[in-house]
Amino acid sequence: MKKKIFTQDYYKNFPGYPSKERLAKARVVVIECVQDIPCNPCETICPRKAIVVGKPITNLPRLIEENCTGCGRCIPICPGLAVFVVNNNYNDKESTISLPYEFLPLPEKGEEVIALNREGEKVCRAKVISVLDPEKNNRTAVITIAVPKEYSGEVRGIRLIRKNP
Amino acid sequence: MEEVMVVGGGPAGLCAAIESARYGVKVILIDENDMPGGQLFKQIHRFFGSAQHRAGIRGYDIGNSLLSESEKLGVRVLLNTVVWGIFQDNFLGIKTEKETKILQAKKIVVGTGALENPLAFPGWTLPGVMGAGAAQTMMNIQRVLPGKRILMIGSGNVGLIVSYQLLQAGAKVVALVEALPKISGYLVHAAKISRAGVQILTSHTIVKADGKGEVKKAVIAKIDENFKMIKGTEKEIKVDLVCIAVGLRPLDELCWMAGCQFTYIPSLGGFIPLHSRDMETTVSGIYVAGDVSGIEEASTAIEEGKLAGIAIAESLGYISKKEAEEKKELSWESLRELRLGSFGEGRQKTKDLILKQYNSLHKM
Ligand SMILES: Cc1cc2nc3c(=O)[nH]c(=O)nc-3n(C[C@H](O)[C@H](O)[C@H](O)COP(=O)(O)OP(=O)(O)OC[C@H]3O[C@@H](n4cnc5c(N)ncnc54)[C@H](O)[C@@H]3O)c2cc1C
Ligand code: SF4
Ligand code: SF4
Repeated sequence: MKKKIFTQDYYKNFPGYPSKERLAKARVVVIECVQDIPCNPCETICPRKAIVVGKPITNLPRLIEENCTGCGRCIPICPGLAVFVVNNNYNDKESTISLPYEFLPLPEKGEEVIALNREGEKVCRAKVISVLDPEKNNRTAVITIAVPKEYSGEVRGIRLIRKNP
Repeated sequence: MEEVMVVGGGPAGLCAAIESARYGVKVILIDENDMPGGQLFKQIHRFFGSAQHRAGIRGYDIGNSLLSESEKLGVRVLLNTVVWGIFQDNFLGIKTEKETKILQAKKIVVGTGALENPLAFPGWTLPGVMGAGAAQTMMNIQRVLPGKRILMIGSGNVGLIVSYQLLQAGAKVVALVEALPKISGYLVHAAKISRAGVQILTSHTIVKADGKGEVKKAVIAKIDENFKMIKGTEKEIKVDLVCIAVGLRPLDELCWMAGCQFTYIPSLGGFIPLHSRDMETTVSGIYVAGDVSGIEEASTAIEEGKLAGIAIAESLGYISKKEAEEKKELSWESLRELRLGSFGEGRQKTKDLILKQYNSLHKM
């Protein structure tokens, strides 16, 4: 009944998606913002000028991949929750994905969760590496999870395994 | 006689009040709710835009900052008060909790916002069928979760955002159906609910809602290019809430009563009062701003409210024409920016058309 709309193949052709080579090398931002909406906080917040929207403000955010350190500052500011950081250099077997998360309860560091693809389907299990929820992020937590390397282009969400208290 | 009365305390009305009070105008702001802010306090998500449009800030935080600014500037606020009529010579009929009275103001700003469009289908009058905006008010203002298993109808930004907020509140959005073959709101909003597990079904519609005394289930089905249901594709889903998000229309009754001239622009929500670059309607002294002058966004409502506020301060002699022009140009520039891109262009064109029609009337 359902046909897939949100896939890696769809997003990877947009100017916010890093090249294969850059993704393989080290931690880098992945911007999945694909429409000409008037918006640019990702550009404003980046300390390394790695994201360019420019004028008009409806341009798609373009990634200057050499400039990005994968610091993740742009993740919680994006109103579209469309910014992720992927690190394919985490260890031999696993990659990490840092993603914006606005549901309670938050997972805890070390907790096992279910990793979801862009269509909300289970991909694999994942381990929570860190949970950042400082006040300045105004309630958008940044969760970093580790997943088997081959899934790093697919996983973009999580679901908790524990039942809500 | 009062100087200025603003009807509606949403972003448009608040900004009209703030902007004119900034130059010394005495302003009364009236809202039917027990707190001003309009839609803003329901918007728990971050807004798009640039830093100057407060991008990345949540709607209620914008609401709070506007409230404290209006307080600082001495705007008088009448709450739990309904404006039920506008009559010749700028007389307003108002009903407070205790009494009904008639007031007169030199200038009136109508910033009454919008009304949700209904959608009729078998079972649409059952308890458990409601507007998405109503569901949002229940959960984010009254803090009552209106349902646990939800069918959302409409993939505009309202349908997408309210679905996300229902998920945040702990409900399950079983499906979102959209009659068109593609998602009509922002894909980033759609992606957000998709990865949280909501099925987004384009070219689908609701066939009926069913249940004894309340919604217990709904039937959805696929439709063809002519929006005709394709027989055999019906599917029953267990839901206790059907949310309708199929557009809004300007809440413009007060403008009709006042005798304003209208134009009909379906893409802005229907009948729209003609207005000038100062946001003044065809009735001298009556201004409009925000969704009532065409369904857009809080960010555009803010700028339109400012325009009306500045124009009023100018015409009451509180600021010079030159200063007013400079200030207005800033808001116009901001509006042009907010109306860029494939989601905004159409609005820019129709808004230009409103000005053109207004101007041609005034040349006659
Ligand atoms: C779910 C949802 C999500 C949205 N997300 C965004 C977003 O991300 N960014 C964005 O920019 N915009 C967003 N919007 C749009 C935005 O909320 C509206 O465009 C904006 O609030 C319009 O402002 P307004 O002042 O014209 O009207 P409103 O905010 O509706 O305020 C009108 C006020 O007037 C009062 N009123 C009406 N009639 C009377 C009367 N006769 N007497 C007294 N009081 C009266 C009403 O009760 C209300 O308080 C969203 C809207 C919805 C529904
Ligand atoms: S991750 Fe850091 S360096 Fe890279 S684009 Fe975002 S803010 Fe800039
Ligand atoms: S902040 Fe997010 S939604 Fe806005 S332009 Fe950047 S990536 Fe797109």
